[in-house]
Amino acid sequence: MKKIDRRIFLKGGLAGGAALAATGTAATAKGAGTFNGYPNSMGVLVDLTKCVGCRTCEAACNKEQGLPAPDKPFNDTSVFDEVREGGQKRRTTEKAYTVVNRYDVEGREGGPVYRKFQCNHCQEPACLTSCFVNAYKKTPEGAVIYNPKVCVGCRTCMVACPFYVPAYAYSSATNPVVKKCIMCYDTRLKFGRPPACVEACPQEVMTFGKRTDLIKLGHERIKANPGKYVDHLYGETEVGGTSWMYLSDVPFEKVGFDTTLGNQPIISYVKDFLGMVPVVLTVWPALFTGFHLLANRKEAKKKEEENKG
Amino acid sequence: MNRLVGRGFQPITSLTKPDGTRWSVKEKLLLGLTPQDYMAVQMRNPFNWLLWLIYAIGLPVLVGRFIYGLGWATHGSYDYPWGLFLAWGLFTMVPLSASGFMMGTTVELFGRKDFKPIERLGLLNGLLGYLFAVMFLQVDLGQPWRLIYPMFVSLGPAAVLFLVAWHVATYLSCQVAELVPAYSEWMGLPKAKKAIKSIVLGLTVAGIILSTLHQGALGALFTYAPGKVHPLWYSSTFQWFLFLNSAIFAGLSMLIVVSTLSKWFLRWRCDDNFKQNLDQLTVGIAKGAALALITYLVLKIIAIAHDNKWEYLFTGWGQWYVFEIAVGVIVPLILYTRAVRNESASLARLSAFIAVFGIALNRLNTALITFNWKLYQEVPHWREVVIVITVYATYIVVYRAILARLPILYTWKERS
Repeated sequence: MKKIDRRIFLKGGLAGGAALAATGTAATAKGAGTFNGYPNSMGVLVDLTKCVGCRTCEAACNKEQGLPAPDKPFNDTSVFDEVREGGQKRRTTEKAYTVVNRYDVEGREGGPVYRKFQCNHCQEPACLTSCFVNAYKKTPEGAVIYNPKVCVGCRTCMVACPFYVPAYAYSSATNPVVKKCIMCYDTRLKFGRPPACVEACPQEVMTFGKRTDLIKLGHERIKANPGKYVDHLYGETEVGGTSWMYLSDVPFEKVGFDTTLGNQPIISYVKDFLGMVPVVLTVWPALFTGFHLLANRKEAKKKEEENKG
Repeated sequence: MNRLVGRGFQPITSLTKPDGTRWSVKEKLLLGLTPQDYMAVQMRNPFNWLLWLIYAIGLPVLVGRFIYGLGWATHGSYDYPWGLFLAWGLFTMVPLSASGFMMGTTVELFGRKDFKPIERLGLLNGLLGYLFAVMFLQVDLGQPWRLIYPMFVSLGPAAVLFLVAWHVATYLSCQVAELVPAYSEWMGLPKAKKAIKSIVLGLTVAGIILSTLHQGALGALFTYAPGKVHPLWYSSTFQWFLFLNSAIFAGLSMLIVVSTLSKWFLRWRCDDNFKQNLDQLTVGIAKGAALALITYLVLKIIAIAHDNKWEYLFTGWGQWYVFEIAVGVIVPLILYTRAVRNESASLARLSAFIAVFGIALNRLNTALITFNWKLYQEVPHWREVVIVITVYATYIVVYRAILARLPILYTWKERS
């Protein structure tokens, strides 16, 4: 057996410690500890009160991402009357990374509410933390992007996403991949430009900026218009915070938002199990070998005596 | 075959024929029959006709899934990314296959050699269950040819599924190794058996570790979906342990079921050692299953108390939950307990069938029925159902073929 030299051992320990110190602050968005997002990450603030349901953002997204032509043209507002299984409104699909839905809220002046919906780009994304091939990445700019080259197609990310965002290219037999909004990372965000939908909006529903600034802006807007908005910035704290955040003048649950998600990132619900794994791995071998020795003690003794006698 | 043996036919139990020459591999594969007789036996079996019917419909559909994609074979739902392939093929098949590590532990680790006659059946049930769970997974994965990516190409070690992938893969090899002795006897390769014998304790302990973690991990996969699985079937703290715990009685019950089916339909292949010990062993297994069931029942209640979810019990979902617990847990618990008290193997068998149903109900509830309880109920596409039946039929065919040949239900004459 190779003897470990004490000095080498200490050196290794120091190097390891230094490496830990260097990377410790940049803990990734998985495993133990919480991750509160990259400091300069960007985001979008959506003001639902301004949206008129023109679907320009849907068209812009379709063009920017090179998605197939839609079943109905983007100026067709009959899509708002579409109903899926269980009375569900439209959702993101492999052909549409963003959709706008109409909500008729009783007693609201000024007609229905329109809500744009796409990937919220979580600070600590459930899709990322559940992916067993590390296909997802939260970029420092704030986007949650996806690498289709390594995706196996287990679709755990779709199960994990609390917002029901990722869609899957079920129609492809040879190269099905996950399809979701990437905040126009490749073509725009990387270069500091806002996503296509934000830029295309004629109503200036969306504000692109640093997430920390947007939080301030959102709260200022609530304060500046007393009684107008619900005093909550959806996405500021939900499931650990999201890069996309929303302002609304009607309760969020009435316009398709899930307000029961809590403020913990999804991975925090899995940590009870993840913490058990190393315990089982280290304790079980000794424990069960011990059981074996105890259970077979009589037999072992008998053998010993036989050998003597 | 039962009829042939009744007429005095002797199935193969050793390397050599009665006249002293060795059986060839081909003869062993044909069960010692002439090809004509073998075909005649196969044709006489009405179960085989059913299999042909399943394959006639199922194989084209299965092939179609790989040509036209998942969207053709399933509803291709974005809201229900996991359908019947995983709900049945992975989440139900794997706990029903926990018998492998249970029997290995009983016999090799705790030294209960009296369970030896049924140990190999337990191991085989484990191996085939896992093997076909992987088959089901391969049908379900969007890009099955990338199955090894999480192992070698792109690693996401912080994900629960990463653990499942690695553990199922290593555990499969572990189980293959544990069954090498049966194969080596049948093929006449004593060296292989000896090699395995020397590491059997290590294999068994590895089996316990891997099983603890991946059975638990299958439960932990659902902790990623706190808002989607119904609260009564969801527990962030206990989910993994509930899945592990229920896998124990699931595996044991499945072993009783399989041994019962073998006793009925493969009677010719069971030797006296197996047949005479089976009743007593069934009661012994029932004892273990009863202990696991009572633990599970208490934990299920604690899980509800821990998150204070009592109010959900008084909803429609609550009734469904009570039904699952009553039929799938309490009834088998009572029946097993009575079976142990009265030493009644037949009662234990009845209980085992109910417990297997109960565990299937639990896994289907978690993965499919109560999943997305706030949205709508997904009913699997008929092609999806056909594919599940086809793959499961293949599982039965392989299972039966191995039982008919390798020394699982009987003891090999040459003991090296």
